[in-house]
Amino acid sequence: MNSIIERRMIVPNMHILTVEAPDIAMKVKPGQFVIVRANDEGERIPLSVADWDEEKGTITIVFMEVGASTGALACLNGGDAVSTCVGPLGNETEIDNFGTVMCVGGCYGIASLYPVAKALKEAGNKVIMVFEARSNYLIYWVDRYIKLADKIFNITRDGSLGYKGHVTRLTDIIHGMPKPPDRVIVNGCTFLMARASEVTRGLGIPTVVNLNPIMIDGTGMCGVCRVTVKGKMKFACVDGPEFSGHEVDWKEFLARRKAYLEEEALFFRRSEPKQSLHKEGKCQA
Amino acid sequence: MNPEKTEKISKIDLKRNDMPKQPPDIRRHNFNEVALGYTEELAVKEAKRCLQCKKPKCKTGCPVEIDIPDFIACIVRGDFSAGIKKLKEKNCLPAVCGRVCPQESQCESQCILANKKGEIAIGRLERFLADWEARQGNIDIPQKAKPTGKKVAVIGSGPAGITVAGDLILLGHDVTIFEALHKAGGVLTYGIPEFRLPKAIVAREVDYVQRLGVKVITDYVVGKTRSIDELLKEFDAVFVGTGAGLPWFMDIPGENLNGVYSANEYLTRMNLMKGYQFPMSSTPVKRHVRVAVVGGGNVAMDSARTALRMGADEVRIIYRRSHAELPARLEESENAEEEGVIFNMLTLPVRYIGDENGWLKEIECLKMELGEPDASGRRRPIEIPNSNFRMEMDAVVCAIGNSPNPLVPSTTPGLQTTRRGTLVADQETGKTTKERVWAGGDIVTGAATVILAMGAGRKAARSIHEYLETGRW
Repeated sequence: MNSIIERRMIVPNMHILTVEAPDIAMKVKPGQFVIVRANDEGERIPLSVADWDEEKGTITIVFMEVGASTGALACLNGGDAVSTCVGPLGNETEIDNFGTVMCVGGCYGIASLYPVAKALKEAGNKVIMVFEARSNYLIYWVDRYIKLADKIFNITRDGSLGYKGHVTRLTDIIHGMPKPPDRVIVNGCTFLMARASEVTRGLGIPTVVNLNPIMIDGTGMCGVCRVTVKGKMKFACVDGPEFSGHEVDWKEFLARRKAYLEEEALFFRRSEPKQSLHKEGKCQA
Repeated sequence: MNPEKTEKISKIDLKRNDMPKQPPDIRRHNFNEVALGYTEELAVKEAKRCLQCKKPKCKTGCPVEIDIPDFIACIVRGDFSAGIKKLKEKNCLPAVCGRVCPQESQCESQCILANKKGEIAIGRLERFLADWEARQGNIDIPQKAKPTGKKVAVIGSGPAGITVAGDLILLGHDVTIFEALHKAGGVLTYGIPEFRLPKAIVAREVDYVQRLGVKVITDYVVGKTRSIDELLKEFDAVFVGTGAGLPWFMDIPGENLNGVYSANEYLTRMNLMKGYQFPMSSTPVKRHVRVAVVGGGNVAMDSARTALRMGADEVRIIYRRSHAELPARLEESENAEEEGVIFNMLTLPVRYIGDENGWLKEIECLKMELGEPDASGRRRPIEIPNSNFRMEMDAVVCAIGNSPNPLVPSTTPGLQTTRRGTLVADQETGKTTKERVWAGGDIVTGAATVILAMGAGRKAARSIHEYLETGRW
C-alpha cells in the first residue's frame, strides 16, 4: 500500500499522481518505471516515473486515462492509497554529453521526459524539446521545461500551436536547425515513437525510444513484454524499456499492444460498477 | 518356506486406497481442487497397511527425512494431533508437499511394498494430517527462542524462503521476507493452479510464519528497490531464494505473435491475477478455442488443464518425446488425459504462423522418433525429415522450462553464477561466494521441486543460525 499525496487532472484525460514511495524515490533514475495496481483486484500496469522527491519520499507519475485500470487510478484521490507501487523497474536512460539532444514527447511522454531532459542538461547537453498533441490545450508542464530547455517546439494536429500536423513534421523542425541533433529521444504513445523513429532513420540520427508494452510482473518472469529488437527477442521490462527506435519491430509491437482491446471493452460492458471507484462521488473531483 | 512366514505375508494388504476426486466431466469446468483428500476412515485404513519396517527405506527417499513410519503410526492410533507434530518436525509445509511433492519418485518409490505395486500412499496421508490440522482451526504456535537481536533478510517468499524464515524466527532471530510480487508464496501462488494447490492453503502457510513473527514485505524487488549490498548494511545475513522465473522460448519464427504465451504468463494471469474470474477481475484473459501447450512437465499439464477450464474446445500437449519420457508426475498427466487433453507425442513445433493482425493462426510441427539415450538417460528425440504438418490453433503456451531470474545475481557484485545462470552455493550449507549471503531452491538448482527447495532452505537456516551464533563465516 502506498498513500496518495495528490491525484489531479492536469489536461483533459491526463492525470498527475504523486504517491508516497520513499524507497523508490531514493533509487529511481530517468527512464525507469514502476508497476501500479490501483486496488486489490487491480491489474498491474507499468507507468513511467516523471519526477520524484527524495526528501519527501514521493514519486510522481503522469498517466492518461484510457481503460479500466487507468480509469480506476483516476478515481483515487489524496488520502487514498494504491495497492501496489513497485520499482524502480527497467534500466535507466543512457545519459552522457552527446552534444545536442532532441527530446520528443507526446501524451504521458511529455512528463516522463522531464527527468531525462534534466539529466541531459546537467550532463552538458543542449536540450531541445518537441511536444506533440492533438491541440494546444493538451500540452502541459511547459513552465517546467522553459527553465531547462534550450528551445521548445510544438506540433499540434489542428495547428493551434507550432507546427500543424503529425509527428512527421519533425523533419521540418530538424531541417530548420543549423545542425541536426546528435540524438533523439522519444517518449509517448507507440504510434508517436514509431513514426518519429521513421523520420530520424531517414536522417541518420540515433534515436532512443522508451517502450510501453503490456506487463505483469515487470521483473522478467512472465515475458509478455517481449519485443523484437534487431531481430532478437528482448524483454522490455529487464532488457529495456529503452531501445533504438530504428531496431524495434514496430508492426509486431503495435499488434502486441492491442492484444486485449476487446477484453478491455468487455470489462466495461460486463463488470459491475465498483464501489471503490465511486466512493462518495470522489471520482468527480 | 516356513508356514508362519507365509501366514504373515498373506496378511499384507497391497491395495492402495484411492483418494476421492472430482469426476473428470465436472472438474474440467471448474477451478476447485481436483483431489478431495482422504476421510479419517480412509486415512486410518491406508495407514494400517504400513508394515512399520525396522529400517524404513521411505525415510531415505525423503529429501527432508521426515519420520514417515512414525507419523503413519500416529494415524493408525487415531492420534492425528501427534501425527501432524511429528510431520512438522521436518516439514513446515505439509499441506503443500502432500499435494505437489513427486512422492512416486521419492518416499513412495522406496516403500518396501513398491515392488509389489502396493506402496503406501505417504503423500495422501501427509496431506490428510495437514488438512485435519487446518480444520481444527487452532494451529499451534510453537515456543520461540529468546530474541537474539540478529536480523535476517529473506529474498523471495516461495518454499525455500518460507522455510528459512520459519526456522530462523523460532531460533529467536528477527526475520523479514522481501517479495517482488504483491502476494507472497512465489511459484505456489503465481504458478501452481488453484485446482491443484488451493491458494487458501498457501495463504495459510504464509499467515503461519507471519504469526510466528516474520515480517513479509510485498512489492519489493531486491536488486531494484534495494540491492543485496544495501540490505547487508541493515541485516546480519541474507538468504536468496528467488527461484527460477525466467521463461525459455524456443527461438523459432512467430514466437512474438499474439496468442503465444510463456507458461509463466499464462499461469500468472490465471492464478495470481485471478484471470479465470475475468471480467469480474480486471486482468484480461482471452477465451481461446484451440490451445496447444508445448512441453511435457507439470507446468505443461497445469497450463493445459487451465486452458480446458477456461472453456477451450480442444487442448493439446505437444511433446517431442514419447509418453514414457513425460517429466510430469504420472498423476498429473493421467488427470489431464481424463479431463480430455489430447497428447501429441513425438512432435516438435518449428514455426508459428500468424494472420494479418499478428494473431496466431496455425502451428507447424515436425514428427520425431526416438534414438539413443542422451545425457539425461532418456531416449533422444530425432527429427523425421519432411514430416512437417500444420495444426490450426489460436493459442500456444510455451512450457519448456525456466532459468533462474538474473535480477539478484546481476546486481550483486561477488555473487558467482554458473554457466546455467544458477548461483554457486555450497550444497550442505547454502553459503554463496559472498560473505553473509546464502542461497537455496531453484536459484541454485535450476527449476526443481518444492520439497528440494524446502530442504535447501532448512540446511541454509541451520548454517545461518550457526553463523549468527558464532560470527564465523
